[in-house]
Amino acid sequence: MRPIVDQQTIWLMGGVLGLLILATGVGLVLDGKVTSESARATVENLNARIRAWWVMCAVFSVGLLIAGPGPVVLFGLVSFLALREFITLTPTRLGDHRSLFWVFFVITPLQYVLVGLKWYGLFSTMIPIYAFLLIPTRSAIAGDHEHFLERTAEIQWGLMVCVYCVSHAPALLSLRIPGYEGQNARLLFFLVLVVQISDVLQYIWGKLLGKRKIAPHISPNKTWEGFLGGLGCATLIGTSLWWATPFTPWQAAGMSLAVTLMGFAGGLTMSAIKRDHGVKDYGTLIRGHGGVLDRIDSICFAAPVFFHATRFLLGISP
Amino acid sequence: MKAPFLATAAKILTGASVRWVDCQPDTRQRVYFANHTSHLDTVVLWAALPKEIRDLTRPAAARDYWEAGRLRLYLATKVFNAVLIDRSHVTRQNNPLDLVLGAMGERYSLILFPEGTRNPGPEVGEFKCGLYYLGKSRPDLELVPVYVENLNRILPKGEFLPVPLLSCISFGPPIRVMDNEPKPAFLQRARAAVCALRRP
Repeated sequence: MRPIVDQQTIWLMGGVLGLLILATGVGLVLDGKVTSESARATVENLNARIRAWWVMCAVFSVGLLIAGPGPVVLFGLVSFLALREFITLTPTRLGDHRSLFWVFFVITPLQYVLVGLKWYGLFSTMIPIYAFLLIPTRSAIAGDHEHFLERTAEIQWGLMVCVYCVSHAPALLSLRIPGYEGQNARLLFFLVLVVQISDVLQYIWGKLLGKRKIAPHISPNKTWEGFLGGLGCATLIGTSLWWATPFTPWQAAGMSLAVTLMGFAGGLTMSAIKRDHGVKDYGTLIRGHGGVLDRIDSICFAAPVFFHATRFLLGISP
Repeated sequence: MKAPFLATAAKILTGASVRWVDCQPDTRQRVYFANHTSHLDTVVLWAALPKEIRDLTRPAAARDYWEAGRLRLYLATKVFNAVLIDRSHVTRQNNPLDLVLGAMGERYSLILFPEGTRNPGPEVGEFKCGLYYLGKSRPDLELVPVYVENLNRILPKGEFLPVPLLSCISFGPPIRVMDNEPKPAFLQRARAAVCALRRP
């Protein structure tokens, strides 16, 4: 019988553990050094983020280690929580109530059931086609036509970003990759690791060197220095982990670059929506980070591109 | 045993975040008065209170609603320890004010929805006068305004299936009925205190 965790996964997890310990140490040192009021606030936020990272890494590892439905259930819950934050900020009306019930309690779980069943043909079309047609119909039956298209479009958009896109991460487990059977969990680990480490590195480079803002009206913390530094470092890290993936080193480099760019695009887009709604964060669940959706905005954009690029690159048919 | 479980379940279902704005949790006798938009208001407001305060707080609730069905009656009497009020047959003998004052005694705080009935939107309706008479008869009570947000979207009036959005319960600075304050002026002030807790 194959052990639940293979040697390479242990290496990856060990690496993450090492990073967390290093970050915690750096946080402690910084905490002892700061004097000014604004620097103290930054370091406190940094340490809150590091503590939250411990929890998120623990949850993710446990989800990954529970063989079988673990990752699907984990990402399903993440989608549910993210969608909840998204719809809370969306000005829906009473006429959407029944549609929303479908969205939360039928469509979202069903999407993850289909991913768990590895039913590619249906999980890749259910939300873009069937949910897309069902939601406006249900809202129309409810009879409220005010702002009808805005409401319907926003619900569909939330469903696409928080559920459909995110579900492509655990869907990686359904890919049949010749010579990589039973090891797909590492591919999922690779995706999440590169995307999240790119977020962290962009934050660090931005704090250290950031000057030229990319889109000051949307995300004042995103700078060209942070973006390029994070992009470069995350791509290097991703490339150096090629041995854990089914990719060649060059493929791993291309994939890392692609998901890092998509992650950046996700962060920026989701920020634009937050600014439009006049909030800083989507929620309050993760201390130092904001809500679940604030943390996974980059995964939302990176996961479907990574999924389809992998299929294309490795020549996988359903 | 069941009460903490139900309180936790209510908080998870409604994703309730709790804010205390210029007001601290306290076990002293208070009247928590809030806007009313959903059947969930009572349970979520009650659940938002810290446990030791929750045990000393009784919601004032409509008898016709909470006595319809065994589960509701069980929840009202055994879990929330609600003060059930007759909305239809108010006489001198069963004056709700005396009933509430008797139920509070020297020990319990009260949850009250002064609008009297659920309001469909986020707007706050006109207050009925019960709060004024309570404050008049017991000047020692702190009257704490509470704004419950989004429960009208989670379980709107007329719907029976909840949608799991995030709600927020805000407690504001206590007010009192001032000497010689006319009833309409006080009720306006109380209503404004609830509205002021709405987030921008």
